[in-house]
Amino acid sequence: MIRAEHLYKSFDGRTVLDDICVEFDAGKTNLIIGRSGSGKTVLLKALVGLHEVDSGRIFFDDMCYEDLNFQERKQMRRSIGMIFQGGALLDSSTVRENISLPLDLFTDMSAGEKRDRVDFCMERVRLFGADKLYPSELSGGMVKRVAIARAIVLNPRYLFCDEPNSGLDPQTSVVIDELIRDITKEYNITTIINTHDMNSVMELGEKIVYIHEGKKWWEGSTDDILQSDNVELNDFVFASAMAKRAKMVK
Amino acid sequence: MIKLFEDIGRYVMLMQRVFTHPERFSVYRRRVLFEMEALGFNSIALTAIISLFIGAVMALQMAITLESAFIPQFMIGYSTREVMVLEFSSTVVALILAGKVGSNIASEIGTMRITEQIDALEIMGVNSASYLILPKVIATVVFFPLLTLFSIVVGILGGYAIAVLTGIILPGDYVEGLFYFFEPYSITYALVKGAVFAFLITTISAYWGYYAKGNSLEVGRASTHAVVSSSVAIMIFDLILTQIMRV
Repeated sequence: MIRAEHLYKSFDGRTVLDDICVEFDAGKTNLIIGRSGSGKTVLLKALVGLHEVDSGRIFFDDMCYEDLNFQERKQMRRSIGMIFQGGALLDSSTVRENISLPLDLFTDMSAGEKRDRVDFCMERVRLFGADKLYPSELSGGMVKRVAIARAIVLNPRYLFCDEPNSGLDPQTSVVIDELIRDITKEYNITTIINTHDMNSVMELGEKIVYIHEGKKWWEGSTDDILQSDNVELNDFVFASAMAKRAKMVK
Repeated sequence: MIKLFEDIGRYVMLMQRVFTHPERFSVYRRRVLFEMEALGFNSIALTAIISLFIGAVMALQMAITLESAFIPQFMIGYSTREVMVLEFSSTVVALILAGKVGSNIASEIGTMRITEQIDALEIMGVNSASYLILPKVIATVVFFPLLTLFSIVVGILGGYAIAVLTGIILPGDYVEGLFYFFEPYSITYALVKGAVFAFLITTISAYWGYYAKGNSLEVGRASTHAVVSSSVAIMIFDLILTQIMRV
């Protein structure tokens, strides 16, 4: 479980997060949705500690992130996996080296054990024969798979995904969505996904938080979202012509 | 002025992070070897070409300037050696490498910053400053003095080649000049300068790259800042070291 209490964050006097209180459940795919510039990426980065919040508290299970010292935070971060929008793979390392990096740095595994663990993770994300390739030689979908494999290699308790489907075709998006959902269930991870892809929302969302102008505007499930009479939420959800038609038909 | 102090403060804080607590030495060892190849070995050709020609031009200029019945010919070899050892091979080569290696480091780390690769390392719990910068610092501080030595040798050979090819000076006189009043300490002085300049180029360029933000334009700016700041720092420290180390 991850819980945020009264988060505030501003940049150059402009408030980006305004009193955000939210709880994300373990073993579920929790979604943060909202328009571009609504503050959802800042919220995600604040939750993982990449942005220091101006005020407020963030709890990972019962551990308050703000109460941890530098070393404890570093230690805690090893239980976090994150998939970045562009993959954020190290350009100068091969796929295998990228996935193996956390094992090299933080475990005492033998070379054989590391090889087995990397093989397992690559197999888990259905990535075959790519271990010697460099990120520049991979397709968008493969980059995301490698990012997922790297994120899960240390068996994280929390998984953060920043727009995991960005730049992918609809079919590959579905594959990545399914992968994230399966991994969440399999390892009982608290997963938080930041997206504005409505297909992902309908496919993955077990708990959905809608952020609007830096505020938590709405919270609910996939079923609730279609029934909601929240004007801003409806504007966002039914923005596309196809979704509008589907709603009218319904 | 305030911006300058701000930059110096942030640079010192970054260096604190660079030199604290490396995660795993075996991983760092691999990265040091990688950086030695990328930043050191790949600079050999450029250093060789520049040193060879500067050595040759230096000998030629000395021959023209010192053309007098009262100045012995071996002074040409002596002067060429002194210029190569004392200033050219450490300072001028460092300035040239600030352009090549400095911009390379700043753009590499800057690109890693804007493509969130540094954030990814931080999320893993890696001290990204140490992981990315320390191997580069070790690689260049070890390798640049060797490049300095290499540059001295190649420059002197360049002077010798011009003596043989043009006949403006007898090769024997040139060689005699090379050993005239030779102080081995001057080589130590050149090597120390090489190491200090390597440290400055690497850390200053890494600083600009590490704090780059925005887009590719900002990476370009970081790269320019890296070269300019490193060059200025090299000149300042050249003066300081010359004052401290020359007997």
